[in-house]
Amino acid sequence: MMKKSLDMQQYVEQMALLVNLPISPESMTGVVNNFTTIAEIASLVTEFPLPDNIEVAPIFQTYLSNNI
Amino acid sequence: MQMLDLDGITITHNLKSKKITATKIIEQTLTEVEQQNSILNCFTAILKESALNQAQIIDSTIDKGNNPGILAGVPFAVKNLFDIEGITTLAGSKINAENPPAIQDSITIRKLKQAGAILVGALNMDEYAYGFVTENTHYGATPNPHDLTRISGGSSGGSAAAVAANLVPFTLGSDTNGSIRVPAALCGVLGLKPTYGRVSRSGAFLFSSSLDHIGFFARSVRDIAAIFDVLQGQDINDPVCTSLPPQPCFPVLQNGIDGLKIAIAGDYFQEGAEVEVLEAVEMVAKLLNTQTIINIPETHRARAAAYIITACEGSNLHLERLRSRSQDFDPATRDRFLAGALIPGSWYVQAQRFRRWYQDQVMSIFQEVDVIIAPTTPCIATLLGQEKMIINGKEILIRPNLGRFTQPLSFIGLPVLSFPILRDNKLPLGVQLIAAPYEEAKILQVATFLEKSFCGTRILPVRK
Repeated sequence: MMKKSLDMQQYVEQMALLVNLPISPESMTGVVNNFTTIAEIASLVTEFPLPDNIEVAPIFQTYLSNNI
Repeated sequence: MQMLDLDGITITHNLKSKKITATKIIEQTLTEVEQQNSILNCFTAILKESALNQAQIIDSTIDKGNNPGILAGVPFAVKNLFDIEGITTLAGSKINAENPPAIQDSITIRKLKQAGAILVGALNMDEYAYGFVTENTHYGATPNPHDLTRISGGSSGGSAAAVAANLVPFTLGSDTNGSIRVPAALCGVLGLKPTYGRVSRSGAFLFSSSLDHIGFFARSVRDIAAIFDVLQGQDINDPVCTSLPPQPCFPVLQNGIDGLKIAIAGDYFQEGAEVEVLEAVEMVAKLLNTQTIINIPETHRARAAAYIITACEGSNLHLERLRSRSQDFDPATRDRFLAGALIPGSWYVQAQRFRRWYQDQVMSIFQEVDVIIAPTTPCIATLLGQEKMIINGKEILIRPNLGRFTQPLSFIGLPVLSFPILRDNKLPLGVQLIAAPYEEAKILQVATFLEKSFCGTRILPVRK
């Protein structure tokens, strides 16, 4: 429901105020378009259910093979 | 003696056997770079004086009967996001050009110099490494040496093109979502992105920290192995750098592929690509005598998660610059950076948690196989300025889609080599050789086998 009524330009303008990020009028269309793309892409991640025990851990050397 | 078509190991051999001097090698290199750069626009800085000084030191070391190092006399250059003592680190940007010169070389450059390699310059890239095309508004585009009307790929485009054009035998680059592998494929050279954290990033200007890797380009597998062995290992100045001792790959290059279980990435990795790309993978699979196909689940989501993380981390890194002077960013990156600064935190955290889930899936596959092969890019190099392409009847944007096959792999830090597929009267392509973390040696064994299968020589044929 939220998604259907979302005004992306309004989101961009409000969020930019919140994070103190000036966006020039010339960039506004480009930023809104880019954020719309990001939102579409993000839905692929956010719609995927993850178990509670999956935690953030960008450390890759715990998966060393036995011969090292 | 003409040195510029040789690989690094051969150059060092010729130097040590006194067939040529380091000074002569560097003079030849600088002459060629200065002549070619007006066309290729690979170099943003040429280090004539310091390169000649270093060459004299190498020559003097040899004259005294001392060991000059395993890469002695080999000219190299680096993407302009690596600190080079005495010059400003641009990272492809106009803004960073105002910074003072770097006070010392990056750790990677220092290690290579200690091994005798000679730094001759800095190379063009997409601004702040955010791109796959090296069409930089501030410093110009780097065209593909095989066809000057086309892109070299990016963001390490200058690094790939300099090697493809035989200006130097090897270069350094960085890879966050494919920025080594994409240009390596499009320019027809080898490009290795080692395991995340296995090569220090200290002294390199980062982009998206939890995804950033240092890697390199070369024209022979043995050069790749030698460079990797010089660079791998601990560095307390990079918080994500390995604590494990180096494990040399050079000694195992000739071990062959007997006993290695090799599989083809299916599903996602066989969709969204030109037919010739899939044919290249098939050809490599045939040479490696494998028909095994493995499917990595939810890879489209891995790519999406990498996109979110990149946008979030990259925008955060540049937030103050975006606030105060967004007009000085490259128009190709500015609006993407601005949009990335507005992403809700929960999306970022979910993307990072998904990363762990996806890594678990892939690691279970590596219980059964040693090396996976997949395409590097969905197509050959596209035209400079081209924005869209049609694949399988569907119109898609080029810039984001060049990383379709590379992005999900760097997402979980896997070591990957893009192996070049050079074809008569056609532009090059690449095939990725992928292994579990810290298994670069297996990749390089397979690459050595392929190198022999394709050309029977260590030097890949390159057109000017």
